[in-house]
Amino acid sequence: MSTMADPYRLPVDPVGRFSPGWWAMVLVIATEAMFFVYLLFGYLYLDSLARGAWPPEGPPRLTLAAPNTVLLLASSGTTWWAEREITRGAIGRFRIGLLVTFILGASFLGIQGLEYARERFTPSSHAYGSLFFTITGFHAAHVAVGLLMLLVVQLRAAFGHFDARRHLAVANVTMYWHFVDAVWVVVFTTLYLLPNLG
Amino acid sequence: MNGDMSLFSPAGPAGRTLTQLGWWLLSVSVLVVLVVAGLVAWAIVRRRDGLHAADEIGSPAPRELRWIQLGGVAIPAVILVVTLAFTLGAVHVTGAPARRAAFTVEVTGHRWWWELRYVQADGTRRVVTANELHVPVGEPIRLELTSGDVIHSYWVPALNGKMDLNPGTTNVTWIMADRAGTYRGQCTEYCGRQHANMATFVVAEPAERFAEWLASQEAPAAEPASADAREGRAVFMRAGCAGCHTVRGTPAVGRVGPDLTHVASRRTIAAGLLPNTPGYLAGWVSNAPALKPGTLMPASMLRPRELHALVAYLGTLK
Amino acid sequence: MTTGTTPVPLDERLTRLWRTAPGVYGVFATVDHKVIGRRYLVTSVVFLLLGGIEAALLRVQLATSGMRLLSPAMYDAVFTMHGLTMIFWYAAPVLSGFSNYLWPLMLGARDMACPRANALSYWTFLMSGIFLYTSVLLGQMPDAGWFAYAPLTGIAYSPGLRMDFYAIGLVFLGVSTTVGAVNFLVTIFRTRAPGMSLDRMPIFVWGTLTTSFAVLAATPALTVACAFLYLDRRAGTRFYDAAAGGSALLWQHLFWSFGHPWVYIVVLPAMGMISDLIPTFCRRPLVGYPFVALATVSTGILGFGVWVHHMFATGIPPVATSFFSAASMVITIPSAVAVFAWLATMWHGRPVLRTPMLFAAGFIVLFVIGGVSGVVTGSVAYDWQVTDTYFVVAHLHYVLIGINVFAVLAGFYYWFPKMTGRMLDERLGRVNFWLMFIGFGVGFFPMHTLGLAGMPRRIYSYHPGLGWEWQNLWVTIGSFVFALGIAAFLVNVVYSLRRGAEAGANPWDAPTLEWAVPSPPPPHNFERIPIVASRHPLWEERLSPDAPRTQLEGPALDAGRDTPGTTALDAEADEVLRMPEDTLWPFALALTLLVICYGLVAGRWWLAAAGAIGLAATIVGWFWPVRHQPSGAAT
Repeated sequence: MSTMADPYRLPVDPVGRFSPGWWAMVLVIATEAMFFVYLLFGYLYLDSLARGAWPPEGPPRLTLAAPNTVLLLASSGTTWWAEREITRGAIGRFRIGLLVTFILGASFLGIQGLEYARERFTPSSHAYGSLFFTITGFHAAHVAVGLLMLLVVQLRAAFGHFDARRHLAVANVTMYWHFVDAVWVVVFTTLYLLPNLG
Repeated sequence: MNGDMSLFSPAGPAGRTLTQLGWWLLSVSVLVVLVVAGLVAWAIVRRRDGLHAADEIGSPAPRELRWIQLGGVAIPAVILVVTLAFTLGAVHVTGAPARRAAFTVEVTGHRWWWELRYVQADGTRRVVTANELHVPVGEPIRLELTSGDVIHSYWVPALNGKMDLNPGTTNVTWIMADRAGTYRGQCTEYCGRQHANMATFVVAEPAERFAEWLASQEAPAAEPASADAREGRAVFMRAGCAGCHTVRGTPAVGRVGPDLTHVASRRTIAAGLLPNTPGYLAGWVSNAPALKPGTLMPASMLRPRELHALVAYLGTLK
Repeated sequence: MTTGTTPVPLDERLTRLWRTAPGVYGVFATVDHKVIGRRYLVTSVVFLLLGGIEAALLRVQLATSGMRLLSPAMYDAVFTMHGLTMIFWYAAPVLSGFSNYLWPLMLGARDMACPRANALSYWTFLMSGIFLYTSVLLGQMPDAGWFAYAPLTGIAYSPGLRMDFYAIGLVFLGVSTTVGAVNFLVTIFRTRAPGMSLDRMPIFVWGTLTTSFAVLAATPALTVACAFLYLDRRAGTRFYDAAAGGSALLWQHLFWSFGHPWVYIVVLPAMGMISDLIPTFCRRPLVGYPFVALATVSTGILGFGVWVHHMFATGIPPVATSFFSAASMVITIPSAVAVFAWLATMWHGRPVLRTPMLFAAGFIVLFVIGGVSGVVTGSVAYDWQVTDTYFVVAHLHYVLIGINVFAVLAGFYYWFPKMTGRMLDERLGRVNFWLMFIGFGVGFFPMHTLGLAGMPRRIYSYHPGLGWEWQNLWVTIGSFVFALGIAAFLVNVVYSLRRGAEAGANPWDAPTLEWAVPSPPPPHNFERIPIVASRHPLWEERLSPDAPRTQLEGPALDAGRDTPGTTALDAEADEVLRMPEDTLWPFALALTLLVICYGLVAGRWWLAAAGAIGLAATIVGWFWPVRHQPSGAAT
């Protein structure tokens, strides 16, 4: 293997797409995705057993959740844009993209908090209540972790850690953020849309 | 209390079907193990060498993959297909009786005893007893299983496979004994401290004897004849027993513990833990937790005279 | 660079780059996979012994009817802790220990791909075990069984802290298992030696590779189940409450969706170890390598489709249970493929009966007994008779001890020389084997007949006159003989560490890469990175003299802590990976998790919150980049 004759012609340290850190994030996302699969299995299983109405108090209202979904999906767009800008070396626009993403994500959590406060049932009311709050709650926790990651990336950007070539942390964090949004699409469809359609 | 829990002593059609399936499974298993163990031993014995005696490393042999094709795939596949066919057949036979069940008994699992309610032809449940299920010989009996607390499992090996008792849902199974006798069972889903002592019995009797039993169970508690027994009934009411136990025909309507209207007709107490004799009964009543640690029945504070009277009263509840 | 002084030899240069820092700092900061692997092995054996003490107590209590060694309450706690300790804190971690130690050596690498994550997976394993055993000190051991069925585990029927230790402890251990699995997979994808394509990896690596995927897919089910349990107990939720729309069977589905793949997680690497050592002791390559690799992977996948066979008696409709019964039969086939591959290798080879091979031979017999008893229980109709009896206890111990423990012992005898530079004593090894094999047979075979005699499981005592006494006594006697075998193993280890014969690099004349380095290996494993050309690098000259050879003397890669990064399928080198220095972050992170767990179990939310803040800070610190000089050394 000619490259191994002089291995230091190969790049040192991960800059490429499939670096160990990138793979680690992919695998963590995979196992976290399974976590939501099992949460949703719990929901669908108890739904299948339910003798009365499911949800017991009628389908959840979309008035807050639907716009909130749009907000979160928009934040995926801004994240994508921010990552594109850093690959072009546009640090300023990259940091603005991070900031807007953060604001959108934080707003999502705020609006969800508002929805929680207005909900007629609690986690203790019945198994549906337990599932509703736990599933959306674990998702919200993932969003919160994502916000912390965005903060750290913002901080590192301020220290000048990133440029067009070296921004592995950005790729990983944006991948995580897209994952969190994708999970919301599935959760929203299962918990909010399906009961309103069925 | 004793009994035969063996899986090889079936006393009904379901039990027999499962025992036959068992013979197939166990015979094939033993055969496979003997063949493989023989091959292992033979392979070792036939050629053995020191580690560096010959430096040679063996190469792939012709047709060596036959081992995998035959032993690893073809033969196991045939055995498993046949086994699955027998299995599905047994599922079908044991799933429901060949003819309609004579009646239904609602079995409710508690920690650590079995509540039995016979559903009469008119839909009422006038016969309520505990732990000892009487059935007529040769008739399929439908059992509706549920739990009043945690998960239990109903199992009488001679008569059919086990079925769980889940809180909030009802499972249906059936038993049929084709010869008279007493068949022992036990709870087979870990349910807490006294899971080990939650036995049950099925007493299969000829049709007339069963009808007599049922009729006597329907009747309310007999009026106690002796003064001792009347004193005992008074003790029963004032010492708190009535708070947990029912004796039909008296003010005692408690539902926490077993119905005692005909307790004296049962062969055991404490779900098969103790024989139903005055001595054991006295010991149980005075200090149940000492005999069955963890039981929900508290020790009583009865004086010896009261205890004696109470046991005499319980003895009249045939 | 140096001028005017003699150049430092390559070996010395690499040792200085790779060795763990001395002193206490090094103890807590090491990221060397060999140190971490050894720690995993020793710690797992400690848990094995704890579980064994628990088993001894159970067996004395059951030796005859009416024993009063353990009260019902103590019995329930001891059988729960026995199951938890053995299944979670011994059976999988011991295999992680072997994997951690051996993978880089087998794969021609200088370390695992994520050395700091490796350290984290060990510290969390250790601390989760300490957390669980804190319950013993407080007299609050979990006591609702290792399987912990709801609603018995709810706060109403299980008051106190016991089942909180259970739920939190398992989630904590799950972090260890998950981090470990990620590390193994990244290692496979990125750090195999150049030329080590997937079809040249040892079967042991295929085993852990498969189980690492299974861990990622299955562990979340247990996390969800335990989260629901903890919330039901402490936050008033109603997941398992049938009266509120919940279901006790929800716990069972979630638990067994995890639990069944878990049983393959604790046996597939063990089977892989046997697949790799039988060829050595039969002096020829494994028959049907591709089929064995395929059998490993397909068992892992099929393992996700059989979980309902743990629930055959729950009242699930016959259509569903029949499907799962059929699936449980199908999964036998890949195991049969493996067994006959081993038999064929033995038949067409020249078996050398040293201690590892003795254990391998015993392993095969016990494997098949466990396998057929699995078919018996897999037949749904007959399972309705044997489930929840000692027949199942027999089955599970044949597969867990027969497959995992016997393979682990074989692995210890095989790789102890590599790890320590000394051979384990052969005579003591034979004593060890026969005590274990005979003790196991006497101790566990009668459990089959006890089950067929109707003895249920999980009972603290039984009536005289049911016909169970004699068999129980044999079981007790046999299990103590088995324990003597374990003792013989420990004696052998202690003796051989001081007085064992010197091993040399390849005492067994084995074919794979770990035998190309000194015993024990230097901190950097390989002085020169090998470039691999076949499945049996050290046998190439004798197996196929004309084929291209593995280059054992590849590049030195000595500018820093470097190892080659290679592509996932064909292992072509595409970058040089700079490995991290020793660091305290993994230990610190594990500590923050321990603080969170104690906060949760004690109901002190401020403590859990403090731990969470510490966790966030530690993660940020861990991932904060280290500035490197152009030469490669870190500042």
